[in-house]
Amino acid sequence: MDSLQSYLVLSAILFCFGLYAVMTRRNGVAILMGIELILNSANLNLVAFNRFGDLSESLPGHVFALFVIIMAAAEAAVALAIIINLYKTFHTVNVDEAQEMKG
Amino acid sequence: MSNVVFIGIAVLVVVSAFFVVTSRNLVHSAVALMGTLFGVAGLYVFLHADFLAAVQVLIYVGGILVLIIFGVMLTNKIATPVLIQTSMPNRFFAAVVVLLIFVGLTIIAFRTPWHERIAAPSEGTVTTIGNALMTRYLLHFEVAGILLLLALLGAAYLSRRERG
Repeated sequence: MDSLQSYLVLSAILFCFGLYAVMTRRNGVAILMGIELILNSANLNLVAFNRFGDLSESLPGHVFALFVIIMAAAEAAVALAIIINLYKTFHTVNVDEAQEMKG
Repeated sequence: MSNVVFIGIAVLVVVSAFFVVTSRNLVHSAVALMGTLFGVAGLYVFLHADFLAAVQVLIYVGGILVLIIFGVMLTNKIATPVLIQTSMPNRFFAAVVVLLIFVGLTIIAFRTPWHERIAAPSEGTVTTIGNALMTRYLLHFEVAGILLLLALLGAAYLSRRERG
């Protein structure tokens, strides 16, 4: 079971669930959860290729995954600030109802 | 034994990700997301990425997930069920697109002749990652620090109380 393909399929499943959440959820926080799923699947791919590509001397996949986690933390903080602002302005966090600028 | 644990973790990841996506209650989604994140940390352990597994638990479960739960609590009335899905045809087309992408990715994963060379498991990755961050990736490390500072300032500025 511990093969490259099993990790790739798992991360594909995670990516697809995340994409489905981003496409179908109306709530901003739920969309953010979908984005976290997508980032996790990318990280899983990076670490799996690092392991099965014999890169254990320099570990570039791990370092890349670390930077992805850093970026995810920054993104979550800013996105939640935006969502809270949206709630204060429109009294909803459904992204399809905040359409004041829509022509 | 190892196979059983791997399959268990994989099932945990997939099932909890499914609940993240389909649950109608956002708090349930957030709790299911915790299962997914812990499962991915377990997969990191399987991939001999001990440092990343610890970082995943610390930052994702300890930081980002708590932030998300705060966001749910601050913007939702928990008692009232909210309509958080789009309409039915929209969901159907999204499911079709996602299924097509999944089939494509799976075909790529199994058809491509990967050059697999499995290394002997090294003892601990912390030293290697630390050395890489302080030498080869020093600039990226510093830029990441600036990014975090800017994100902190930006989030504090965006969510401050308006005066006047």
